[in-house]
This record gives sequence, structure tokens and C-alpha cells, in this order.
Amino acid sequence: MADLSKEEVLARVPQQDPFRFIDEIHELDADHIVASYRFPEDADFYRGHFPGNPITPGVILVETMAQAGVVALGLYLCALERSPEELEKLVTVFTDANVEFSGTVLPGQRVTTVGKKTFFRRLKLRSEVEMRLDDGSVVCSGVLSGMGVPR
Amino acid sequence: MEETEVFERVVKILTPWVKNDEALTSVGMETSILDDLKVNSARLVDVVIAFEDDFDIEIADEDVDQVNTVGDAVNLISGKL
Repeated sequence: MADLSKEEVLARVPQQDPFRFIDEIHELDADHIVASYRFPEDADFYRGHFPGNPITPGVILVETMAQAGVVALGLYLCALERSPEELEKLVTVFTDANVEFSGTVLPGQRVTTVGKKTFFRRLKLRSEVEMRLDDGSVVCSGVLSGMGVPR
Repeated sequence: MEETEVFERVVKILTPWVKNDEALTSVGMETSILDDLKVNSARLVDVVIAFEDDFDIEIADEDVDQVNTVGDAVNLISGKL
């Protein structure tokens, strides 16, 4: 069992470029996480979403919320309960989500995601997650869940 | 509380997560929650929390491992009422 630092948790998030949507974890404890990510202007998906009018796909925003509010927070919580050896044998899978969109994210914009734990039981984490732009406007919010399962 | 009432409440709680509606028409104590009712295993924690809220009880995570059938859930809950 270990109380991982923000940097240690980020290093253990399995998603990597070009599918890593966390640049930095700013706050992390057993109840919440705050993480940010700046969408690169040259991200490949902007070529098709949409030609001449690039906006970040909603599914990518959901993934961004999940990587912070479920994967990273879940890794931290799992590490509090499980040994490093057990942790190595687990992978976090997305189980369910209920999300509402209220804004858009353009190429180059930075988003900050706040995830608050609703429950963590039997390696399943449910979080209330909200994403905002730097101007404070809410982009999307929702309830997301995932659980650690054997690799 | 009568076992029949616990059974009916358990089935009612499970219903939103049941993927095999046909199995609900003949649900009994021996009905498997995962194999027959096709409840997603990832939803078991949701189900357990719903049991706790509805019956105002606490269910230890270790006890959940013993629950396979509707009857297992009914017996577990009845033992805590």
C-alpha cells in the first residue's frame, strides 16, 4: 500500500501520446483530483472534426474527464489499498458515463478537470467530474465510473 | 420482514440493470443475477449500494463475493434485517 504522489500517479496512467489527455495533476487526495490538459493545435483528429472548423470531439472530452476523474484518481485509490505487485496486475476499464456538454474546446485551449469521488468499492470508482476552460466556463460535466480488472 | 417481501424488493431493485427481460418473467430464488438476468458484472457495486440504501443495511465487500443468485441476495439481506 502506498500514498502515491501526483507525479507517481501521472507516471502510472497507462494511456500515452497520442491518447494521453493529462499534462499535469495539480491536486490529488482520496476524495478528489484536479488535472489539466492543453489540446495541441496540430492534433490529428482536428483534420476531420471538422474540416475548416476544428473543434475537439466530445468523445475525446469524455476520455479526458475519464483519464483524470476515473483512471488517475482510481490509480491513487487502488494504491492506497493494494500492494505495488497487485497494482501492476490491474488495468482500469471504463464502465459507464452520463455526461452533459455545455461548451466547446478549440485547438490550443487548455481545460481543467475536477473529479470528486462518489464511491470507491471493490475497485470500482464513480466520480462527479467537471471540465472548465481557463476562463472558468464549463465545457462538460457528468458522472463517470470505471473499475480495476485483471490485465 | 417476510422473505417474500425481501425477494420482491430485491427483484425490483435489480430490474433497471437487467438485460434479459424474459428471465424476469420467471425469476426465482435460483435465478443467477449475472448468468440469467444478464446484469453487467461492473454494475454489481451499484446493485449492492442500492440494496444498502433501500434496506438501510451495510453489506461488506467480502459478502458480495458470495452472492450469485437472487436467493443469495435475499438471504444475505434477510440476515441483516
